[in-house]
Amino acid sequence: MRIVAENLSHIYSPKSKFAVAALKDVSLTVEEGEFFGIIGHTGSGKSTFVQHLNGLLKADKGTKTLRVGEFDLLDKKCDFKKLRSRVGMVFQYPEYQLFADTVAEDIAFALKNFRPECSAEEVARLVRDALETVGLDYAEVKDKSPFDLSGGQKRRVAIAGVIVARPEILVLDEPVAGLDPKGKREFFELLHKLHKSFVKTVIIISHDMDNVAEHCTRVAVFDGGRVISVAPPKELFCDADRLISLGLDVPVTGYLAAELSKNGVNIDTDFTVEDFTNKVLEKWRGREES
Amino acid sequence: MSFIEIRDVKFRYPQTERDALDGVSLNIKKGEYVSVIGHNGSGKSTLARLMNGLLLPTKGEVVVDGFSTAEKQSLFEIRKRVGVVFQNPDNQLIASIVEDDIAFGPENLGVPRKEIGERIDFALKAVGMEEYRKSTPTRLSGGQKQRIAIAGVLAIRPEMLVLDESTAMLDPKGRKEVTSVVEKLNRENGMTVLTITHYMDEVCRADRVIVLSDGKIVMEGTPEEIFSREEELKKYELDVPVPTLIADKLRAGGMALGRIYDKERLGEKLCGSLRKI
Repeated sequence: MRIVAENLSHIYSPKSKFAVAALKDVSLTVEEGEFFGIIGHTGSGKSTFVQHLNGLLKADKGTKTLRVGEFDLLDKKCDFKKLRSRVGMVFQYPEYQLFADTVAEDIAFALKNFRPECSAEEVARLVRDALETVGLDYAEVKDKSPFDLSGGQKRRVAIAGVIVARPEILVLDEPVAGLDPKGKREFFELLHKLHKSFVKTVIIISHDMDNVAEHCTRVAVFDGGRVISVAPPKELFCDADRLISLGLDVPVTGYLAAELSKNGVNIDTDFTVEDFTNKVLEKWRGREES
Repeated sequence: MSFIEIRDVKFRYPQTERDALDGVSLNIKKGEYVSVIGHNGSGKSTLARLMNGLLLPTKGEVVVDGFSTAEKQSLFEIRKRVGVVFQNPDNQLIASIVEDDIAFGPENLGVPRKEIGERIDFALKAVGMEEYRKSTPTRLSGGQKQRIAIAGVLAIRPEMLVLDESTAMLDPKGRKEVTSVVEKLNRENGMTVLTITHYMDEVCRADRVIVLSDGKIVMEGTPEEIFSREEELKKYELDVPVPTLIADKLRAGGMALGRIYDKERLGEKLCGSLRKI
């Protein structure tokens, strides 16, 4: 499903003295199949934007288009329940949203709502699939309280509760915050695995530019409620100074490339560690030989 | 002399079958900057909570500036000396105005009114938030809130600051704000600092790094020493910082680079090797 937003606007607490224009005329298209990154400092409108994608927030009147696949979100008759079963949303610290007595019940909750016709056996099968996809052992954890699990496991259960409905689009807000390095690495492996199966599009909000450079196909930069650029990491991270002036970081590879460029050495890289080191070594070998 | 002495401490949470800390001994000197890293569930946060008696060891002893946390009547003195800042700034601010929030600690210590005013001045200045004295904490950014939480602790005039993943929920700008405030307090005011973090670049600022795994101290040393032992770190489910990873790959490709763990130095080295003469 393709996501199209044209002139998307959103004001929090309109008509009060605390009114804040969180999104101003945002126009953005995300194609099916992308691993799309959204960056911007706190309060730039990133989270407000993604909460429109499954109708958690409603666009303001001035908005021209907001479509997700065949769903027209501006249409009053839009079937939001169906939309939400196809656009899965993983919020920051999703483990705080666990609530049921057992892991299996927690994960099955989405199915109860989205697919009430499912038989008990079918539910059990889907829950097992979801748990196995996130790398947890069904028999071992299904009857445990989600609150007795470790932080990393809780987060996996929370994700399982979203992917059990097999969403086509998966939106994640800072999904690796608070995870240890191994947890982060495994989490991205999981995302790529999902992206190769039923999840067609991944949209990820992240402050970690090293991760963005490593994984995203394209990146939108939010600032003050507007989208100020959309580009692949290869183009985006070329202009380190601009990103820093926006209160953002650049990946370590971007910093190093900028330093080298100031010294007259241009490295043509996509800013992944692998590519950057290869290109630097090429330059260096070229110099050694000459 | 050590400011904090942790002597062969074990700790087990009720209704669990495993020690969260399993025989940890650690001394921290006055003015030292120590970072603790370790995988999720390694015992880092438990260790932080032992430092001012929020948790008491199941076995062993924690002595802060001569006071044992095991003695109930000492806890007041200990908590005046050791302040803890936690992960989520929203859970640590209690008043509706910044200055009231910062006054909460000293008010509880019975500090005279005039001095409370001075302490608020000092604390806000230390975290660079003087203009926000009359602001509402809920309207501040994450980094600003966390700096107010630190100011609230500073108003108690502690000798040691413990930060338990205090930057985990912040954006890069907020993280920079908080880490530079902490660094300044350590350098200029001689504040003893213990930070717990998953961000390997924050660890590089420490004098000493402690690696915890399954409740035990498994590695200890300067950031250079720790990050030169990549294989061992991997074993404990940790990573080297990205600049170290890049330097290692380049060295494997034949470039003569020393052990590097910060991006600034790697940048200088790379420019040195590749610049046209």
